[in-house]
Amino acid sequence: MSPRIKTIRKVLNPPTIKGFKPYGPESFAQDMEPVNLLFEEYEALRLSDYDMLNHHQASVMMQVSRPTFTRIYASALQKIAKAFVEGRQISISGGKVYFDSDWYRCHGCHCYFNNPHKNEAIVNCPLCGDRQFTSFDYDNMNLEDKTLYNDDFFVCPHCGFEVKNQAGIPLNQQTCPDCNSLMN
Amino acid sequence: MKIAIASSGNTLEAILDKSFGRCAYFVIFDTENQAIEFIPNPNKDVEENAGPASVQLIASKSVSKIVSHEFGMKIKPLLDSMKIQMIVLKEPGKQIREIIGMLNH
Repeated sequence: MSPRIKTIRKVLNPPTIKGFKPYGPESFAQDMEPVNLLFEEYEALRLSDYDMLNHHQASVMMQVSRPTFTRIYASALQKIAKAFVEGRQISISGGKVYFDSDWYRCHGCHCYFNNPHKNEAIVNCPLCGDRQFTSFDYDNMNLEDKTLYNDDFFVCPHCGFEVKNQAGIPLNQQTCPDCNSLMN
Repeated sequence: MKIAIASSGNTLEAILDKSFGRCAYFVIFDTENQAIEFIPNPNKDVEENAGPASVQLIASKSVSKIVSHEFGMKIKPLLDSMKIQMIVLKEPGKQIREIIGMLNH
């Protein structure tokens, strides 16, 4: 029996780095398979230990169930512990994730465009009307395009409205400007 | 439907500006009556927050799409929450006339 299909996890920002290298005796880190930390595991660690959210809040942000979030988080800790103890490199890549707004690339005019209305499917390119376009893959993006994803904002768990992160104001004291409920 | 284009000049021969927040002119193109309006950008030489200020200006014209060479990191979440579509055209030297021609597909 094939395993159950994984739900796609939402990641707000891709990590700023591609991984970590150990330092110390040169020979130690050589020829060792790096530990592959998935984007979703990085995100779980970030939400839980950097943004200090609890697992329930973090699971809402990643659009997975609370137990699934805990599993992702546990796997992240396990991989990091393995890398630390065995002196392996950590490479951050892969995982079943999407980065917030959906982006597309048109084959006709080579433009990039996003879909601001998430519920409606895009039929043709908004610029040249070509019907040939592909959903845009983060891994194939060049450095210039990555600036599109360099923002930091929260998603209201009640209505899905996106609020820009303001440093210094705890999330659980902010109210959502759209539905006026507390963002916790 | 209104579409904003970041332009480097106030003629149809002008090319797409490299930046959105600090472009020289905004072109507001109305697809229904083919009206073209050039608005000089007051935030052209602003040191900081040119992007969000330009977004406010564009949003006041009830634009639903923006064509630009690039969108800065402050603008993207703003436009996302306003449900304005971003179109990134990575073709330097594209004239406004050509872009309007493409929009009339």
